[in-house]
Amino acid sequence: METKKPCAEPDIDAQEVDHPRRTFIKQTTLMTAVALAPGAAVKAAEAHLDDKIAAIFEKLPVNIEVNGTKHSLSIEPRVTLLDLLREQLDLTGTKKGCDYGQCGACTVHVDGHRINSCLTLAVMVDGKKVTTIEGLAKGDDLHPMQEAFIKHDGFQCGYCTSGQIMSAVACIREGHANSEAEVREYMSGNICRCGAYPNIVNAILDVKQGGQQV
Amino acid sequence: MKQFQYIRPSTEQGVLEAIVKPGTKIIAGGSNLVDLMKHGVMSPDKLVDINKLPLRAITPTKTGLHIGALALNSQVADNAAVKERFPLLAQALNAGASAQLRNMATVGGNMMQRTRCTYFYDITMPCNKRNPGSGCGALQGFNRMHAIFGTSEKCIAVHPSDMCVGLAALDATVILAGKKGERRIPFTEFHRLPGEHPELDNNLAKDELILAVEIPDNNFASHSYYLKVRDRASYAFALVSVAAALDINNGTIRNARLAMGGVAHKPWRLFDAEKALIGQQPSEAVFQHAAEVAMHRAKAYEFNAFKLKMAPANIVEALCHAAGIA
Repeated sequence: METKKPCAEPDIDAQEVDHPRRTFIKQTTLMTAVALAPGAAVKAAEAHLDDKIAAIFEKLPVNIEVNGTKHSLSIEPRVTLLDLLREQLDLTGTKKGCDYGQCGACTVHVDGHRINSCLTLAVMVDGKKVTTIEGLAKGDDLHPMQEAFIKHDGFQCGYCTSGQIMSAVACIREGHANSEAEVREYMSGNICRCGAYPNIVNAILDVKQGGQQV
Repeated sequence: MKQFQYIRPSTEQGVLEAIVKPGTKIIAGGSNLVDLMKHGVMSPDKLVDINKLPLRAITPTKTGLHIGALALNSQVADNAAVKERFPLLAQALNAGASAQLRNMATVGGNMMQRTRCTYFYDITMPCNKRNPGSGCGALQGFNRMHAIFGTSEKCIAVHPSDMCVGLAALDATVILAGKKGERRIPFTEFHRLPGEHPELDNNLAKDELILAVEIPDNNFASHSYYLKVRDRASYAFALVSVAAALDINNGTIRNARLAMGGVAHKPWRLFDAEKALIGQQPSEAVFQHAAEVAMHRAKAYEFNAFKLKMAPANIVEALCHAAGIA
């Protein structure tokens, strides 16, 4: 966490310490891309020209506040908010599940409203405030919904969990957590293939009934 | 995703000037368009983001309710005036997509989402809608989700919106802006049947922009119901959905509105079945008769014949709910 930068230039050393698996994936993906790409792209990659090539396609200035930190960025229009968060801002708590708006793993809040970051173009979030799972806790104090998910065992593999929690917080804020049926309906955009649904519902109802500020 | 240019005009004029160029698409919420772009089904050269336009308001008029094209689906569903005067619309909206997508999707974007099926999404398959003249993969394929009304040999896909089924039933009007000024068309005439040109989902001209929809006041608020039947309890497209609205006075049906989703290339308004209800006393038998009228000219394909039974049963059930006959 302490290696986080507002806009991440690749910092291989830090990543090797913090994220060996991610670094491995990135490196092998790059190698695959280089192996498959046509000559010009290989030459460009070798000459570290990636940014210059991309610039032809009009990188746009974007100002986004993420978890209280302001970022002035330059982004290609086709970059999704999800990819911006994970690949450029190094906020990998938000997960890429289906990448097509069907699973909810990428759920974040934009100006307080839950949305699917995988179907949101980052340029369209210009001037807005984004909250991700990393922005819920206050220092070492977990958010009540995070506490409740632990207490009720609201996950198994954990991959959908950050999306579930972001959605759960919004579900209560929207006033749509007044019964088990309502919670199930308004949480239906978050799929859990482990099937932790009963415990997720219990966690949400517990927070709602406890009346804690979310 | 293919590279594209992106602009964000701040005036209606700026948008109208930008969209005439071929390869240009409007983006509002993006929940359907970005998905299609990721799949390579649509690949615009330029996106025109219209979110700077002041089209978000929901405002009462002397004769009904004016809903801006950029009003979010969640905002409309939670709007007090909508819930009180047009609960059918709120119900239909909440039956669609997920809470996250409803926070992204706009009213205009919901209307402009593609009429589609899995063959449209699979770029390795033939599809007359995606690639005119390439054939229809669904016609002889796995067509369980497909249309039973108004199909052509070119396309049997359905329009998946729930909101649009509600708006079709509620006699909404669409307000469009073009270079020559504004025009208004009935909501039921906004979307198209496939015919010979399934690549066209609706009658919006290439140089036009949706400004708003307007719903006229009615007497249906206390007797309306949106029924959606799908493969899972929530967050799935309709196999069949029914919007039913009745104006019941002294035990007699004075007026009726019926529309179905999941059965046609457009929201499918059931004008003949409505006529069969007017002047009748609400009963299951009367509703059964209306459902039979509604199913006139329905045509099934290999895997969706179940809809010929499901649709009339759902019409009866929706009408019973609307009338308060448990």
